[in-house]
Amino acid sequence: MSSAVDPRALTESLPPRPRTAWRGLVGDPMGIAGLVLVGAFVLMAVFAPVLAPYDPITLDIPNKFHAPSLSHWLGTDQLGRDLLSRIIWGARIALGIALTATGVAGIIGLLLGLVAGFGPRWLDSLLVLIFDSFSSLPMIMFALAIITVVGPGIQTLILIIVLVSFSGYARLIRAQTLSLKSADYILAERTLGASNARIILRHLLPNVVGPLVILLSMDIPVVIMLEAGLSYLNLGVRPPTPSWGNILYDGYTSLRSAPYMVIAAGAPLVLCTIGFTFLGEGLRDALDPKMQVRVRR
Amino acid sequence: MTALFDMDRLRVDLPVGSRGLLGLLPGAGATLNILSDITLQIDAGETLGLVGESGSGKTTLARAMLGLTRATGGAMRFDGTPLKSPRSFAGLRRDTAMMFQDPVASLSPRMTIGALITEPFVIHRVKIASRRAKAIELLESVGLPAAIASRYPHELSGGQARRVCVARALALNPRLVIADEPTAGLDVSVQGEVLNLMSDLKARLGLSFLVISHNLAVIRHVTDRIAILYLGRLVEIGPTEQVFAAPRHPYTASLIASEPQPDPRKRRADLAIKGDIPSVLHRPPGCAFHTRCIHAFDRCRTEAPARTDIAPDWHARCHLASEFTPKPTSRRDHHAMEN
Amino acid sequence: MNPPLLSVEDLAVRYGDVAALRGVSLTAQKGEVIGIVGESGCGKSTLASALIALLPANAIATGAVRLEGRDILALHERDRRMVRGAEIAMIFQDPMTSFSPVLTIADQLCDFQYHLRLTAGDKHKAAAAMLARVGIADPDMTMRRYPHELSGGMRQRVAVAAALLMSPKLLVADEPTTALDVTMEAQILHLLRELRSEIDGAIVIITHHLGVVGELCDRVYVMYAGQVVEQASVDDIYHNARHPYTRALIGCDPAHLVAKTAVLPIIAGRPPDLSAPPPGCSFAPRCGLADDICRTTPPPRVTISETQSALCHKVSP
Repeated sequence: MSSAVDPRALTESLPPRPRTAWRGLVGDPMGIAGLVLVGAFVLMAVFAPVLAPYDPITLDIPNKFHAPSLSHWLGTDQLGRDLLSRIIWGARIALGIALTATGVAGIIGLLLGLVAGFGPRWLDSLLVLIFDSFSSLPMIMFALAIITVVGPGIQTLILIIVLVSFSGYARLIRAQTLSLKSADYILAERTLGASNARIILRHLLPNVVGPLVILLSMDIPVVIMLEAGLSYLNLGVRPPTPSWGNILYDGYTSLRSAPYMVIAAGAPLVLCTIGFTFLGEGLRDALDPKMQVRVRR
Repeated sequence: MTALFDMDRLRVDLPVGSRGLLGLLPGAGATLNILSDITLQIDAGETLGLVGESGSGKTTLARAMLGLTRATGGAMRFDGTPLKSPRSFAGLRRDTAMMFQDPVASLSPRMTIGALITEPFVIHRVKIASRRAKAIELLESVGLPAAIASRYPHELSGGQARRVCVARALALNPRLVIADEPTAGLDVSVQGEVLNLMSDLKARLGLSFLVISHNLAVIRHVTDRIAILYLGRLVEIGPTEQVFAAPRHPYTASLIASEPQPDPRKRRADLAIKGDIPSVLHRPPGCAFHTRCIHAFDRCRTEAPARTDIAPDWHARCHLASEFTPKPTSRRDHHAMEN
Repeated sequence: MNPPLLSVEDLAVRYGDVAALRGVSLTAQKGEVIGIVGESGCGKSTLASALIALLPANAIATGAVRLEGRDILALHERDRRMVRGAEIAMIFQDPMTSFSPVLTIADQLCDFQYHLRLTAGDKHKAAAAMLARVGIADPDMTMRRYPHELSGGMRQRVAVAAALLMSPKLLVADEPTTALDVTMEAQILHLLRELRSEIDGAIVIITHHLGVVGELCDRVYVMYAGQVVEQASVDDIYHNARHPYTRALIGCDPAHLVAKTAVLPIIAGRPPDLSAPPPGCSFAPRCGLADDICRTTPPPRVTISETQSALCHKVSP
């Protein structure tokens, strides 16, 4: 009898390794641009106390409306505060709020989505009802209502963002979970005797978080804009805390005398938004195997 | 002697349709009967073939046997232990394994082959000295190079992925392996490798196989007994060689006669079976096969046939089972071809 | 002998470094059913694309595919489209992919007749008649259905009807029964055999399944690693194969084995890498008869009879 193991099968060549998601991201010019911009803003936020040449809050009225100069690279505002320092500290506020809010919303969405997708049918129906109710709320009205009740502030902003966005993430995760729940490899794990916890943590989670990460990174600029917009309307971050929205508002009120203020506050907002959007698109392309051909060319 | 796996009048109904918000209300929704009155045994060390067209319920039966789909009636026993609750199925996991039709899809996409192949040990907390060494040992036992351990499932060819699935299925020395279409998608020159590997391991480890396939030629060579499903009913079950030589159910006969023959001298002139398998939504009354059966008569249209014993280990569910002989077709010349 | 309806002359197709087809020549006469058989990666899908002049954009083809003497690969794209629409029809493995999911069967069958100058009513009648012809019990009901509402076997029947409505000179069927159950497979094979007399042209069946060849074809081309390694009448292929690969392939088919065996025969090894084919015979690394000549020198095409030839050093006429 010939051996069941064919020795020649051992020499069957393996295909070359396909490229990884990271390689795909850095191989894409837009992905690199996104990474660099996001990296720069994150560093700015983390090292704000070191980088900022002046204190962003201390008033220096005699030096108000200084045009950009060697001592104040971006000039000073109507209260004599150094704009560069306020922008740098503003990055901390903007990213802090955006990352906290989307992070919390993402985690809540992930957990509820997994529960809805994996749990019993009645729980799924109940959760879907909740998701649908939240996503049908008109965002601005809802935000104004919350601010009226709780009062403006950073915590209020985070609360609003979490409440309006978690349902979208939860629905994405639920849909992913439902389609993967009956995938062959999940059934295969069950026939091996894997526990529900193991199936969810080792097999479902790694395969559902990819799209969530992409969605989150593309939602961060939306949140940054929302924070700036509400702060601009004096409904978000309270003065004197530096926020890009506050600075923009101050610049707007003195647009005639100090036009550089609007530019100084607008530029980081635009660059940060572009950075996160590029990063999100780069991630989407790099993580989606169907897009590999296009990127590889 | 008790059978390794024993199934007594198994019945499976699946819920149909999404109920939306009605899902919040108690009570069961509409169901559809998929399998009914399935009685069969798998003995230790034997290979049972399960044959049927798509829509016959083959895959549902396999899933019910492993508790992936809940049986709604009847009883199952594994080695004498009744299988009822999810708990009792959990006790079965170490002794059974399933090989899926699509091997690549049955491997978790973000885990390496090495991690996947040693996962059974982790799940069942079986101590192994080194996961890496064990992975290489298992890969070599199915004729794969050690380098595959660091690869991901989508990087493998169909044949390689199939070998990985064999290795994973046999990692904990199960007593029963269910193989769903083990040769699907493989070339003729390669399918023998997988089947030989399975029968070699079977001979060495003494395990039982349930092989699900629609490829009758494969079934004929690798199985000891064969069970034929039609629209969720077991129409015939018996020793493979005897059933192939003289099938007692007209459906079995037409399946065998339908198999395309590579030898042009055996071309048939007429058709052994007409029409499509009916949908389970519109199950024909009486014998479900009467709409396509060339032997059907009035009784078949109204009365479902009972199980007839042809021999102690050979049963058919047909009104004609005791006197049935397949209609000779023009291509069946039984002279062995010189070669 | 008449000039052949279809003749493929020394066709070679490359995708970058990969030589998918290497010097393939074949012919088909009017009224003939030829089979092209081989395993995955042998180039039969590329050959199918070439036969319907639908090679992917990155393919580089040399040689000719002549339909009634006209090289369809050399035609302008617009003329090629005309040839595809009016003279060549194709049946795919999964008919779901060849129908639009949003149109009814009636819409699509009428659309297939766009090049015929018929009124809408006549097209509809022709379509219904053709459905009845391919064995669909209730043509009017079927015409109102969408593709996903039909079973796989019904869809394949509709695909055959669609192909016949074009009254093609060449019908190319790529794995026409692979996706079907054995009972439906038998019915489609039976249908194709019945219809061959009605097609005013040739049928090319591309398959990996020797049973399909045995049931349906007059002549067979066996492909391996992008080459035709043997061609013969279907009877000679099965009973008098000369090329070691053909013999091994038939030997591996469990349907061929009369007695039950515990160990099924296999062909050890794998087909060669087509970006670097071996210098000698492509099959030499897996061939039991191979010697040094086989491994170093490309094999000659040895003519065995008027209809049979094999690409092998070890075959004598």
